[in-house]
Amino acid sequence: MSDKELDKVEAKYSDIEYSGGLAVIAPDAVRDPGLEPHRTRMTDKSVKHEKAAARQVAVMFFASVLGSAFAMYAYFAFPLTEDLGTVRNNTLLLGLGITLGMMGIGIGAVHWAKTLMPDAEVSEERHPARGTEEVRARAVEIIKLADSESGFSRRKLIRRSLYGALALFPLPAVVLFGDLGPNPGDSLRHTMWKKGTRLTTDPTGTPIKASDVTLGSVFHVIPEGLMDLEHHKLEEKAKAAVLLVRLDPAVLNESEERKNWSYDGIVAYSKICTHVGCPVALYEQQTHHLLCPCHQSTFDVTNACKVVFGPATRPLPQLPIAVDAEGYLIAQSDFTEPVGPSFWER
Amino acid sequence: MSFMKNRRSPLAAVIVMAAGLALTGGGYAAATAAVEAAKTVSTVASAEQISEGRKLFLANCSSCHGKNGEGSKAAPSLIGVGAASVEFQVATGRMPGQASGPQLQVKKRQFTDEQISQLAAYVATLGDGPAIPTEDMVAANGNSARGGELFRINCAMCHNAVGAGGALTEGKYAPALKGSSALHIYEAMLTGPQNMPVFNDANLTPKDKKDIITYLKYVEENPSAGGYELANLGPVVEGLFTWVFILGFIIAITIWLGAKSN
Repeated sequence: MSDKELDKVEAKYSDIEYSGGLAVIAPDAVRDPGLEPHRTRMTDKSVKHEKAAARQVAVMFFASVLGSAFAMYAYFAFPLTEDLGTVRNNTLLLGLGITLGMMGIGIGAVHWAKTLMPDAEVSEERHPARGTEEVRARAVEIIKLADSESGFSRRKLIRRSLYGALALFPLPAVVLFGDLGPNPGDSLRHTMWKKGTRLTTDPTGTPIKASDVTLGSVFHVIPEGLMDLEHHKLEEKAKAAVLLVRLDPAVLNESEERKNWSYDGIVAYSKICTHVGCPVALYEQQTHHLLCPCHQSTFDVTNACKVVFGPATRPLPQLPIAVDAEGYLIAQSDFTEPVGPSFWER
Repeated sequence: MSFMKNRRSPLAAVIVMAAGLALTGGGYAAATAAVEAAKTVSTVASAEQISEGRKLFLANCSSCHGKNGEGSKAAPSLIGVGAASVEFQVATGRMPGQASGPQLQVKKRQFTDEQISQLAAYVATLGDGPAIPTEDMVAANGNSARGGELFRINCAMCHNAVGAGGALTEGKYAPALKGSSALHIYEAMLTGPQNMPVFNDANLTPKDKKDIITYLKYVEENPSAGGYELANLGPVVEGLFTWVFILGFIIAITIWLGAKSN
């Protein structure tokens, strides 16, 4: 609202008079309800109930005995063998036995305390936090005595070297923050793909011929040589994973600058979601939608993998591909933009 | 060419080329032989089978797929889909379809085995397509560990890591694979029914497909090592179970601990 409008509103209500003192504040809005009146338990009133409660406690303890014994029995009766399925019975029954063994003792003890032990209610006042003058004076005395006996004030060398030691002692923790680094550098902007890298199937590393990618096929692709890496194999795979699809050229809409990024209707897109980096690989053959299983971001493969649904905001990066002399699919270059989720410096 | 400038003997290049040619050529020959082997099965169909299949097709399928399987607005063309596709769609009861919707449902099948093979034989004559795999090709006696890896890379994103199925967009879903026959799993990979992509023999070789089937059958037959599976639907279901039942139990115990005895 502008100032003018506010003035108007004020003028409108200026003739109304408000009476003072409409609000009522009670002096003691929440009164201390005090203790509830004591209620005698059934176990105190009738011998029958008392005996029943005692029996219940004993039953719980006995159940505990059975549980512990069963746990030992289960360990031997359901042994672990080479069959993985045996893990299930062994763990389950052993666990149930131990649970009964411990719960029986616990529940029995609580029930015993609640029903049979004295139930007199006691309330204790909270004592003031401040000590008495005597205690405080005594404390000061002790500190002074300690100071004079240790020579803390007198011995400058010791005191200052201790200060130095104390000041330095937390620093190693600060140095450890170095492990948060190093900065990723330009590793977020580049993947293993470069000009001429063959597209190969995941995980076998077989090169893919363009003629093998029939209509409706989807290939899960890694760059050639990924499996031979000795270091950072998973990191490289996480960046370089690609999905390869052949579309009917009639349904494929390509922009002018990307016309030569595909080969005969075959397109390759990064498999890493631009939302938070899950592998987007749920390809629907008839709708040509690519669905991310984590947050349902949906990309339209016929339209440069633009987002048609979900939280992702950027299209999946496209890998420009071509075919080499032997008919195998190769990359024309690396991705032209960073793959995966957005980051500040993009 | 860089290696020409090197000090290597010129013979080295010839030998490398010859080895490369032998490898690729040999590989190609082996691959095509496998494809040919798969194709020969379809040619066994007799003329009688084909004519019976045509009758069945005209009576049950042609209203949507066209009198010659050429397709219509309501249904795709069947030219070149092959016998494997017919066997999958009809034997799982998906075809003939009953109602339009996001996805065809599995129903009680409407044709006998013989009728299905007649239909498949007829549709196979419309155009070259994948034939029904043989019993040996779908036998679950491959390498389940390798199959598991291939399944996780190629199939698990839709069908779940142990084949429990999962949701797709707009009401479509990837069905659970438990209880599916090995033959139908193989055919589905080969033909890509509905929204499932095709995994041809160059993408997943017949051996790969066999390994995947072996994995799925292993998972189906062996109980989960981790206790009750909760339908294998993953962390959402497990979390919900924990929140509702385990936390509920803890709250109940807490209330009981604090309550006074009667």
